[in-house]
Amino acid sequence: MNHITARVAWSLGLILAVIVMCFSLIHLAPGDVAIVIAGDSGAGDPEVIAEIREDLGLDDPFLVQLGGYVGDVAQGDLGTSYRFNEPVTELIVTRLWPTFLLVGTAVSFAIVLGVLVGVFTARRPESPVSHGVTVFSLTGYSMPVFWTGLLLVIMFASNVQWFPVSGMRDVRLEGNWLEEWIDVAHHLVLPAITLGVIYLAQYSRLSRASMLEVLQSDYVRTARAKGLAERRVVYKHALRNAVIPVVTVAGLQFGQMLSGALLVETVFNWPGLGRLAADSVFQRDAPVLLGILILSSTLVVIINILTDIVYRLIDPRIRVGGPSQ
Amino acid sequence: MRKRLLALLAILLSFAMLAAACGDDDDAGGDAGDDMATEDDSGDDMDDEPAEDDDESTADMSDVAEEAEGSDAGDSGAVDTGPVAGGTLLIQSTQVPRHLNGTVQSGYATAVPGTQLNASPLLFDENFQPQPYLAESWEIADDGLSVTLNLVQGAVFHDGEPITSEDVKFSLETSQANHPFKTMFAAVSSVDTPDDHTVVINLSEPHPAILLAMSPGLLPIIPEHVYNDGQEIKEHPCNAGTDCFVGSGPFTLAEYEAGSIIRLKAFEDFFIADRPYLDEIIIEIVPDPASIVIGLENGDTDLSATLGGAANVVRLQENDDVIVTADGHAAVGPIQWLEFNLADPALSNVVVRQAIADAIDREFMSDVLDLGTTFPATTGIHPGSPFHNPNTEQYGAGIEAAQARLADAGIDPSTISLAIDYIPVSGSQLAYAEYIVQQLQDVGFDAEVNTLPDFPSWAGRVAAGEHQMTVNNVWNWGDPVIGVHRTYLSTNNVGVIWTNNTGYNNPDVDALLAQAGAEFDFDTRVDLYAQAQEIINQDVPMVYLNTPPFWQAFQPRVQNPPIGIWGQLGPMHEVWLAE
Repeated sequence: MNHITARVAWSLGLILAVIVMCFSLIHLAPGDVAIVIAGDSGAGDPEVIAEIREDLGLDDPFLVQLGGYVGDVAQGDLGTSYRFNEPVTELIVTRLWPTFLLVGTAVSFAIVLGVLVGVFTARRPESPVSHGVTVFSLTGYSMPVFWTGLLLVIMFASNVQWFPVSGMRDVRLEGNWLEEWIDVAHHLVLPAITLGVIYLAQYSRLSRASMLEVLQSDYVRTARAKGLAERRVVYKHALRNAVIPVVTVAGLQFGQMLSGALLVETVFNWPGLGRLAADSVFQRDAPVLLGILILSSTLVVIINILTDIVYRLIDPRIRVGGPSQ
Repeated sequence: MRKRLLALLAILLSFAMLAAACGDDDDAGGDAGDDMATEDDSGDDMDDEPAEDDDESTADMSDVAEEAEGSDAGDSGAVDTGPVAGGTLLIQSTQVPRHLNGTVQSGYATAVPGTQLNASPLLFDENFQPQPYLAESWEIADDGLSVTLNLVQGAVFHDGEPITSEDVKFSLETSQANHPFKTMFAAVSSVDTPDDHTVVINLSEPHPAILLAMSPGLLPIIPEHVYNDGQEIKEHPCNAGTDCFVGSGPFTLAEYEAGSIIRLKAFEDFFIADRPYLDEIIIEIVPDPASIVIGLENGDTDLSATLGGAANVVRLQENDDVIVTADGHAAVGPIQWLEFNLADPALSNVVVRQAIADAIDREFMSDVLDLGTTFPATTGIHPGSPFHNPNTEQYGAGIEAAQARLADAGIDPSTISLAIDYIPVSGSQLAYAEYIVQQLQDVGFDAEVNTLPDFPSWAGRVAAGEHQMTVNNVWNWGDPVIGVHRTYLSTNNVGVIWTNNTGYNNPDVDALLAQAGAEFDFDTRVDLYAQAQEIINQDVPMVYLNTPPFWQAFQPRVQNPPIGIWGQLGPMHEVWLAE
């Protein structure tokens, strides 16, 4: 528990550092959002731009703006979006679920299928399937996520039209909750595959290598010697140890997945945080960008803490102080 | 042997994926790659923003539009049956509105939904002539110092409250105080409301622009009983809140999800009987134009005017299932030009500017760089405007002519270094800049492209006068007083983007523009603007490159598509679906 408490305290300091650094970087960039807003309006009137700057507090000194922002964040107020003119908190909450749905589906798909494929190929390491998985893994890992997405759109949404081109739902659909869920699931397939395929490639290779190592362990030899069925040896005894590296990597990659979600959401017009972040960067919508950065930093920290906890659940030796006992 | 088989399998797999990606006959996909990640030039939300009274200029536009390969300007997909009520129109757009109150927020993104939600005093026909809307008639005083509007009887807001002269007065005064286009109502000194259906707009000086300023996208009529509650109107919760938004237009606000979707339902008590025809309009915001294009090809999307770059337009033109047209949006009037910073020592010399203008082949830019999807521009007033002068001095005589011009003036181009900026997210403007640099290098200048990371960086640099030359995209917005004067008036060099950023200063032009802005006689205005355009073209503060139309693509079932002078920035109560 002391360890967890220390981790949380350290994490809060890290998040504060992220806020200060990102706020500074955004405000140091040339040009400002008043020009963007005036540009949206088609107006080049100095009075208009001055009004916008005054309304948004952009005339205040930098340290005053920073101090005010940190104080507001401490009270749970992430400000108002310059672009959408809505509270940042509401915007983020609205977009959170689509991103979690996308990332969660992609991660689940990647882990489950990756581990299964890894286990299968570890049991038959020299088979054509194993080598084929190696090729697929390298290909999937090498392709940029936006390229994969565009290919899938062309193949399955444009050429054969099995799946929708973009969006999270059919905006014309007015059905019951089941029909709406099926519609969302239908829209989710291509973006989830796009986001998950890179990690599928990694996890299949990782779990294969890990499983190969574990299958050489003494305790596995013992289990076989006792006459246990091979399936039981693999899935009940070996898999738990083999999956630890996958869990580790998945936890560390959570931040990367959110970055990947940004590209995927843009390609597929998925209304999540990633797309919101991309729009905010180009529109200099600092409050939204900062709000998303704070959220993602917090999530990364939480996920890493949870990863620690999962370790301890999977491997009791970690709970009592480590494997060296 | 096994290793060779595996290597062959890997190679075959790679080829299969590439083949799937390149499966279309149309190889415009390569160019579309640039445009997929960029915003549509003509509908760009960085854009500032936009008559066929002049038959010659209108004929030029429609002739060129018909000549464009695959253009369906002459084939609208019209059916013989009469209008049919019902159906849902799905519009996809890359443009994101901040909110929906057009009295305090202008721009394409707000006007498309805003003009469905709110009516205005006037509509305008294809000749830029005012037509009745909320005002069933109007009179202009002989001295030009007042305009009287007579409102239709029985018009109501979406909450059932009557639309009265007080609402028009409130809307106009709100717009005057808050709208970014300050010149629209600058001359309004007061507004009287002698009765519930009469509005008298008093002017400090004759101001003919006020009529076009009463277009749907520029003066939406909002309810005083909702907005005049003491709250700051720019931050008013009813600007986009579905639970309190009340409008005066043919559609009500049913759903608004910022940056994603705007759902509009037909208003049953709209003041024009049996209108709108449509049950519903859905505006879905899609940031990637390539997705919009695929949606149009698949038949999922009914209508869009944000198609991305030239390659996407050409791709759709070659699709027999989609109708593509350059008609409409003449009042928006987008023009792209190369503007000079006249404070630069080299560019302060008109001979240098004229030589640069000679070096630029606008036909090449439109036909080759833009694949025929833009049309050469000759002045700063859109050719679709009745105020356009088609007879001004033109350049583009070629590299040798440019060299001769410089030689005659004793100017050695090799001693002059030039840098061209451009609006960063625009793929086509980068192409323009690169082409122009090549031409200038052929003339003998030392020229290069200056690339900035994003729009605010570019806007800040141009506004501060730190540039030498830049490609720009500026909209006329209907009357020249609104969107043209700001570029040339010497008093408008104010260090803000889309003002007089060149530093142009010609007292004759100032006087002509001031005169034209206060002249109600149409023919006199046309003549005054013609003179101004002649002088400006001689002075060459900028080289006009092209007019990028708002290419619209729609399904054949869409009847009466929005191709008027305001295009999609006007109400769609006459649009209907054939199926």
